[in-house]
Amino acid sequence: MIEIKDIYKTFGDNDVLKGISATFQTGKNNLIIGGSGSGKTTLLKCIVGLHEPTKGQVFFEEENFTDMDFTQRVPIRTQIGMLFQNSALFDSMTVEQNIMFPLNLFTKQSAAEKLDRANFCLERVNLKDKNKLFPSELSGGMKKRVGIARAIAMQPKYLFVDEPNSGLDPKTSIVIDDLINDITNEYQMTTVVVTHDMNSVMGIGDHIIFLHQGQKWWEGSNKDIAHTYNKELNDFVFASKFMQAAKEKL
Amino acid sequence: MFHSLGKYVLLLRLSFRRPEKFSVYWAEVMREMVATGIGSLGIISIISIFIGAATTIQVAFQLSSPLVPLSIAGKIARDSTILEFSPTISALVLAGRVGSSIASQIGTMRVTEQIDALEIMGVNAPGYLIAPKIIACITMVPMLVIISIALGMTGGWIACLFGGEVTPADYIMGLRDGFMPLTIRVALVKAFVFGFIIASICAYQGFYTSGGALEVGQSATRGVVYSCVMILFADLVVTRLML
Repeated sequence: MIEIKDIYKTFGDNDVLKGISATFQTGKNNLIIGGSGSGKTTLLKCIVGLHEPTKGQVFFEEENFTDMDFTQRVPIRTQIGMLFQNSALFDSMTVEQNIMFPLNLFTKQSAAEKLDRANFCLERVNLKDKNKLFPSELSGGMKKRVGIARAIAMQPKYLFVDEPNSGLDPKTSIVIDDLINDITNEYQMTTVVVTHDMNSVMGIGDHIIFLHQGQKWWEGSNKDIAHTYNKELNDFVFASKFMQAAKEKL
Repeated sequence: MFHSLGKYVLLLRLSFRRPEKFSVYWAEVMREMVATGIGSLGIISIISIFIGAATTIQVAFQLSSPLVPLSIAGKIARDSTILEFSPTISALVLAGRVGSSIASQIGTMRVTEQIDALEIMGVNAPGYLIAPKIIACITMVPMLVIISIALGMTGGWIACLFGGEVTPADYIMGLRDGFMPLTIRVALVKAFVFGFIIASICAYQGFYTSGGALEVGQSATRGVVYSCVMILFADLVVTRLML
């Protein structure tokens, strides 16, 4: 479980996050949604420690992550897997080396054990036999799947995903969403996904936080979202005529 | 300026924090040594031979007098090559070749979130990315300078062989005449300092890149320019202190 308490983040004069509190439950897909510039990615970066919150605290299983220094954070960070918007695979390494990288640094496994783990992770994301390819030789969807394989290599307790569907076609997006959902359930991870993709929201949104102008505007699940009377949320979710028509049929 | 200097010092301090796993860092150091040393050998060899040859011809031209022994051309070319041309010009060329590569590599990793990925994993990103590059440069640049000195003198000998201003025998006599080991020590100290300047300044520029491809290019340019200026400044300081 991850708990965030009263998170503020300011860049110069720009207040990006204004007092956000939430709890992200284990074994659930926790989605942070909102329009462009609403502070979704900034909140995610504050949670994982890539940005330091101006005010507020982040707790991983009641351990205060915000007050820890770099060395104290390492044991928690080895339990974190993250998939970045552009996958952030290491260009100079092959797929296999990318997945084995955290294992090389933080485990005492033998080379054969690490290779087995890399092969298992690749098989889990349906990329068997792609070990020796470099990131530049992969499609966008394959890069995302390698990113997921690298994120789960250390068997993390927490999975963070930033815009998993950006730049992907609708079919591949659904494959990635299903993969995130399956992995979350299979390993009972606490998964936090930042997205503005409505297919993801309706498909895997066990718990959803809607951000608007740096504040938590709404909280619920994908089952509640169609029946809410929150104007800003409705404007965001049902922005297209297609979604409006779909809502009327519900 | 003081803000940047402070950030630079803090980044260096972070770079030399205890590594998570020594063997992984050692492999990275070896990879960087090959990239810096072997990768730069060609360009350093070419410029050293030509500079050695040109220096010898110019010295012979300027000292063409019956009162001056011909061997003096070898002696002046030797000391100029050891003390100035090999360390400084090699370092300026390496700032362009190695420095721009360091800044653009780290800068690209920054804008494509690869550095964020390292930090999320719990890796000390400055230590993993910068320390191996600095270690590679402070070890390989002195070695390249030694090779450059040898090839510079060979270039001078070739110029004598085909030019005719000074005979090869006079040139070699000049090379041997009044040799002071201190000059080699000065060259190696300069090379060590220049190697540190190239790697650390360019890595700093790359590490604090923000934006996209345009900013990566600007960081690489800034890294090379600042390195060149600092190399020339350090050249003056080391020369003043040691000679």
